[in-house]
Amino acid sequence: MSKKRPASEYQKTFAFRFFRWLSGSKDPYLGEVEMHPQKEFRADPEAALRHEKEHDAILDKVYNPERNMEMKLFHKLYHATSIIFCLFLIALLLVTISWLPASGTIERPANNEVAERYIEKGLEETGAVNIVAGMILDYRAFDTLGESHVLFTATITVLILLRLNKTEKDEAELSDRRFEPKNDAILQLVATFLVPVIIIFGIYIILNGHLGPGGGFSGGAVIGAGLVLYLNAFGFKKTERFFTEKTYKWVCFFSLSFYCLAKSYSFYTGANQLHSVIPKGTPGAILSSGLILPLNIAVGLVVACTIYAFYAMFRKGGF
Amino acid sequence: MGPNLLANYGEAVSAVLFCIGFTNLLLQTNLIKKIIGLNIMDSAIYLFLAEKGYIAGRAAPIVVDGVTSAEAYINPIPSGLVLTGIVVSVSVTALMLSLTIRLYTRYHTLDLDEISTQLKKEGR
Repeated sequence: MSKKRPASEYQKTFAFRFFRWLSGSKDPYLGEVEMHPQKEFRADPEAALRHEKEHDAILDKVYNPERNMEMKLFHKLYHATSIIFCLFLIALLLVTISWLPASGTIERPANNEVAERYIEKGLEETGAVNIVAGMILDYRAFDTLGESHVLFTATITVLILLRLNKTEKDEAELSDRRFEPKNDAILQLVATFLVPVIIIFGIYIILNGHLGPGGGFSGGAVIGAGLVLYLNAFGFKKTERFFTEKTYKWVCFFSLSFYCLAKSYSFYTGANQLHSVIPKGTPGAILSSGLILPLNIAVGLVVACTIYAFYAMFRKGGF
Repeated sequence: MGPNLLANYGEAVSAVLFCIGFTNLLLQTNLIKKIIGLNIMDSAIYLFLAEKGYIAGRAAPIVVDGVTSAEAYINPIPSGLVLTGIVVSVSVTALMLSLTIRLYTRYHTLDLDEISTQLKKEGR
């Protein structure tokens, strides 16, 4: 191509068409189809930033209650409606209560033959001096089993929600240490004296569940509180010697399955008029009232572990 | 108004407490305060149940001296139900607090309005 030709003339030549075909900008069979890969679209970064800023400004305006009149109005309306609703609810409940039978009298519908039966036959049938314990751990034992499982399920759910892996756990422990003083001398001295007393008191409440006020739930809560105090005074290093995730797992597993099996046996023999091997004992003695004492111990273990596990998980996301 | 509002003052107090808790639940924007409101409602229910079982002049249902006549003791059933309520309330409170912790680590605020604003801004 020695001679320079104008573009319009050059485009008519065979060479132009050949090179155009060779470079792939035109398919000879399909016509003017684009053969090159398309150029990548490059957005203008400044324009994008500007757009984002405008977007944020609009959103700020829309969701700012001071600047959005509709939202302001809605908030005021919501407050007024909820106050009116609550006053209405109070009035409704008070009127209902004023028509109920007087408190403390025998005519109330709750004092029916069921309660009478529990009181009159409770001691004879369950062997428990504490009628409430006899009711919840003998007549209505499956209800209590459900309660223990509610606690267990709650612990599992909290564990799923708050669980941290090893490195996160160490970080959480470090930040925890910044707010909680380690090795507080006063706390440690007080805990040394108090923790055994609290735990022994909790054990007393559990073991006397069928003889007086108390039982697995309250005693377990007391033991759990003692464990929490111990943890606060001496830190995770000390508690991890006897209470880890594994301990929790096995204690809960054995307690709940013991409860389930023992009560299933008791209900099976009771419902089928079979002879049960569980002795009732003399009412008032510590080893009496059949299954209620072991069931109280099982429930107490579950509750104590649950209370401690809640506290430990809220503090550092693990045991 | 019926005749027994003053005689039922325990239940009246529980109704007022219940509504205080419910108002807290509706009007507070702080999540922790909402949970406290729910716990106040729980306590109102326990008070109501305890009032239900109470019979004037009778002892707690723990057999003393072998007396097992129904005239000597109060109704034991509401006491058992309160126990169930306490256990469920503890579990629910723990669950809600852990959800609150998750929300806080994600949005760095406990204010529910702020959280929903942030959610809207993210375009969900």
